[in-house]
Amino acid sequence: MRVGVVTFPGSLDDVDARRAVSIGGNEAVALWHGDEDLKGVDAVVLPGGFSYGDYLRCGAISRFAPVMTSVIEAAGKGMPVLGICNGFQILCESHLLPGALIRNDHRRFVCVDQRLRMERVDTPWTSAYAPGQEVTIVLKNGEGGFVADEHTLDLLEGEGRVVARYLDGNPNGSLRDIAGISNERGNVVGLMPHPEHAVEDLTGPGTDGLGFFTSLVEHAFAGASA
Amino acid sequence: MARVVVDVMPKPEILDPQGKAVLGALPRLGFDLVTDVRQGKRFELQVDGEITDAVLARIEEVAGTLLSNPVIEDFEVHVEEHSVAEVAQGAGR
Repeated sequence: MRVGVVTFPGSLDDVDARRAVSIGGNEAVALWHGDEDLKGVDAVVLPGGFSYGDYLRCGAISRFAPVMTSVIEAAGKGMPVLGICNGFQILCESHLLPGALIRNDHRRFVCVDQRLRMERVDTPWTSAYAPGQEVTIVLKNGEGGFVADEHTLDLLEGEGRVVARYLDGNPNGSLRDIAGISNERGNVVGLMPHPEHAVEDLTGPGTDGLGFFTSLVEHAFAGASA
Repeated sequence: MARVVVDVMPKPEILDPQGKAVLGALPRLGFDLVTDVRQGKRFELQVDGEITDAVLARIEEVAGTLLSNPVIEDFEVHVEEHSVAEVAQGAGR
């Protein structure tokens, strides 16, 4: 599959994300925030970083970038979209996902190899994982506290839309230990940890993140044979 | 030229780590009268022409879509003649 990775001014992890897409067996396509053209990609990754310097609120200005008009439209039609860290913040600001991400409750930047439990594994981004599988993926953020009202949290849990949860202690104050969520359909996934930094033994805590990038291939084949 | 001010504050039920940090610093400076701090944002918008109800409705739209995130913040729009800088100047600060 051809997977677009959007670069916003201030994106940091776009190159790593493109590399992870390739290692996962897909073709990475660079997309530019100022261009509405998605170049015919089959899926989109919104990478981590500090787009627009995190001015106003994290992701608030990126949400109105020309490329997001196309991403929001494509997501509505079922295109797989993965937002990592700053990308997750952009998805929340775009209302593609509910809730918001606020400053860590302990007010420090966190950078750790984080244990996670995978929960929703029927999405195009997570089908390579087993339900309940425990993984270690890099987490690095200053504003990673996931918040939403009680009703929304109940809805997310009730509909099985929590994609991953923090294990061994809550690193940033996220309500109900939520590390990642999806929309109802499952094609849009937002994740605070960085799977693109856990795809090679040499440069990460292992390769537990690779599943996010190989799932697309599995999903495509599953779809084709169904 | 007219000025419209938009005040944005974190919702009461949302944790405000910045406000907490400021509150924590106050006793160290000897200010012990403050019992809570919430930190928000103030936007001073210059608007062309007269401020009509239609203009204010547009500003409300701006405040609700870009200047604030309704999931975590409340906002309040009002017309104000002077900017904070002008008031500070007038007061000789």
